[in-house]
Amino acid sequence: MDLAFTQDEEDFRHGLRAWLADVLPTLPDRPDPADWPARRAYDCGWQRMLYDAGYAGLHWPKDAGGRGATPTQHLIFLEETERAGAPYVGANFVGLLHAGPTIAAEGTPAQRARWLPPILRGDQVWCQGFSEPDAGSDLASLRTRAERDGDSYVVSGSKIWTSHAEVADWCELLVRTTPMGPGTPKHRGITWLALPMDAPGVTVRPLRTLAGTAEFAEVFLDEVRVPVDHRIGAENDGWRVTMVTLSFERGTAFVGEVIACRRVLEALARTAKANGRWDDPVLRRRLGRIAAACAALWRLTQWNVSEAQRTGGVPGVGGSVFKLRFSEVRQELYEAAAEVLGPDALDAGHEWVADRLSSLSYTIAAGTSQIQRNIVAERILGLPKGR
Amino acid sequence: MDFQLDDDQRALRDGMRDLLERRFPRTRLRTVVDGHGDTAPLDRALWRELGTAGFFALRLPEAAGGVGLGLPEAVLAMEEAGRTLLPGPLVATQLAAGLGAGNTVEGSAEVAAANAVEGAAEGAAVVTALDLGPGADRLVEHLASADAVLVLSGEDAEVLPAAALADPARPIRSVDPATPLHRVHPAFEAVAGTGAVGAAARLRREAALLTAAQQLGSASRTVRMAVDHATARTQFGRPIGAFQAVQHLCARMLVRAESARSVVYAAAVTEEARDIAAAKLLADEAAVHNARDCLQVHGGMGFTWEADVHLHLKRAWVRAGQWQTAAAAEEELAAGLLLTGETGL
Ligand SMILES: Cc1cc2nc3c(=O)[nH]c(=O)nc-3n(C[C@H](O)[C@H](O)[C@H](O)COP(=O)(O)OP(=O)(O)OC[C@H]3O[C@@H](n4cnc5c(N)ncnc54)[C@H](O)[C@@H]3O)c2cc1C
Repeated sequence: MDLAFTQDEEDFRHGLRAWLADVLPTLPDRPDPADWPARRAYDCGWQRMLYDAGYAGLHWPKDAGGRGATPTQHLIFLEETERAGAPYVGANFVGLLHAGPTIAAEGTPAQRARWLPPILRGDQVWCQGFSEPDAGSDLASLRTRAERDGDSYVVSGSKIWTSHAEVADWCELLVRTTPMGPGTPKHRGITWLALPMDAPGVTVRPLRTLAGTAEFAEVFLDEVRVPVDHRIGAENDGWRVTMVTLSFERGTAFVGEVIACRRVLEALARTAKANGRWDDPVLRRRLGRIAAACAALWRLTQWNVSEAQRTGGVPGVGGSVFKLRFSEVRQELYEAAAEVLGPDALDAGHEWVADRLSSLSYTIAAGTSQIQRNIVAERILGLPKGR
Repeated sequence: MDFQLDDDQRALRDGMRDLLERRFPRTRLRTVVDGHGDTAPLDRALWRELGTAGFFALRLPEAAGGVGLGLPEAVLAMEEAGRTLLPGPLVATQLAAGLGAGNTVEGSAEVAAANAVEGAAEGAAVVTALDLGPGADRLVEHLASADAVLVLSGEDAEVLPAAALADPARPIRSVDPATPLHRVHPAFEAVAGTGAVGAAARLRREAALLTAAQQLGSASRTVRMAVDHATARTQFGRPIGAFQAVQHLCARMLVRAESARSVVYAAAVTEEARDIAAAKLLADEAAVHNARDCLQVHGGMGFTWEADVHLHLKRAWVRAGQWQTAAAAEEELAAGLLLTGETGL
């Protein structure tokens, strides 16, 4: 076990730091969080800067347009950008963390050439059309139908909770190409399609979150024609293709946010010191415990990254452990923030109050905590499968 | 001992539930929440109707035109209000209605206010509250809709016209869309007038208990909502309520709500400070945590504005900050452990 970085890694870190110090002051003002077109423009502008500097798709393989960096370098990148206060991936989350890696892993050379460069350049934004009204935790029971008609699929159905669908150009869409039946288990008949969001028959209806903002949407699909060459992987093999994506999601997707948690925690301590709540030992100890929890998340990440580096594969079982703990810690952090804020915790105009509200989704989005615990119990611990 | 509701109490609770089902159905709540941002004005007609039904005069003696009931009945009525998330300074208006001469308990050291608060008992006036005591949050709900403010400072209670706070109070963006909030400047002090001398401690206790009752109502409502959703929602070919993870969430919600209920009802009978502290502490916890778990049981739906779950959570946050907070209640209960005497359960 060694936590020191190699000379190469240190050089990489210093180069990155210098670049960040140069470019961050030139960024425009952050957009209004409720203004999605402005957010898209901002996030894509930042992605373009990364691209021009050679930092886009750092950890993607070279033949997918990436730099083939090691997982450790990628970790350093996420760490340094967050510490420097650089923008978060934002609207490019799905493109860079799910759809892109899936196309890189499973797409043909022509498909990679078509879709990956615009993602890396920040030209095209993707969203994720997996969940349906009746298929949430039980994703494999999804029912959006795709019928083959010549060299197209004709897709009908509806998706829900699709984050930033309004500003997306493409959607990584899961559809059913073979109906569920006695001979076809539900996860067998699923296919992965790249859906252009401006195709005729696509309707997006934004949904309001409990924070009052429109973060996600319903997407209605009415006989939408999607060319067959927009399919990634084989027909009916979409479930396997998707699982590659989801393990990426639970790997390093939230590294920046772990560092952000630590930063907020320090700010909480300073605020408590300033407003007198620091005198309450119960609060101080609570913040201390969260500090330990943040440390564990960070070390867990380093462990997982080193494991991935050794095995050369996608992140392993540690992903579920991380996701479970991260979701909880993030919520504990903002409960503590409410305590530090006192009456200000009822002021929705306060940044931490908005973050407290959004933290409520962490134990639900990308697989609920109950489902994650089932996965840990059954796949990691090998306990018998529940009903 | 007969620690159960009697027939009259059950009738009162059912009557209140019926009234609210008719006059404040879910659609009304949604109109308030969806229509006005966080500046929703109070429904004066409904306020008056509550007055006519005796809600605010519940504890006034019959001789003074009241209903002549006690804290247990007030708690039951408040619980129903909490269940439907009825907005407004219900507690402050009810307490203000009882401030006038003739309402002081015999033998108490309190000196009654010179005059009753005009219209509070009838629901003609909206009275909100401001606690200037140490550690209080100096937030005032529904100030813009209020006629008067019950101000507790030191050991006394004053009733000021709402206009007296026009200058020292500033609106904040309330997290609860149905409860507009103002923050009062730290330098603001009430001027002693013709208020009720020595009444503040009793009013704070009663306010804490009546607020706890509202929290209890919300906590029981979210148990129901979670169970209904867990029964109706199907995943993996069965109702999600068939999964133990979901069952256990729901079961823990019920345990929280029923624990809170028992201490809230008992405190309404004993009116003891420490019983009230336990009641507020456990009812706040039940309301907040049950709303959280209810949200979790609802999955993505729970994170939407359209579902009512977040309204329970946000109201529970607001009520938890009002009157006795968790920290104060815990301190009070801990201090009680060191008092000599017989085992103080
Ligand atoms: C902010 C946010 C953003 C999202 N973004 C996207 C997106 O971009 N694209 C997309 O496709 N989806 C997205 N989702 C959807 C998300 O993946 C689903 O909400 C999630 O998978 C849960 O599904 P559900 O909402 O249908 O809840 P349900 O599956 O109905 O779950 C309800 C409750 O039942 C429990 N439960 C269900 N099955 C079991 C079981 N077998 N054992 C124990 N407990 C169980 C759950 O844990 C939960 O508590 C987003 C969700 C949120 C909140």
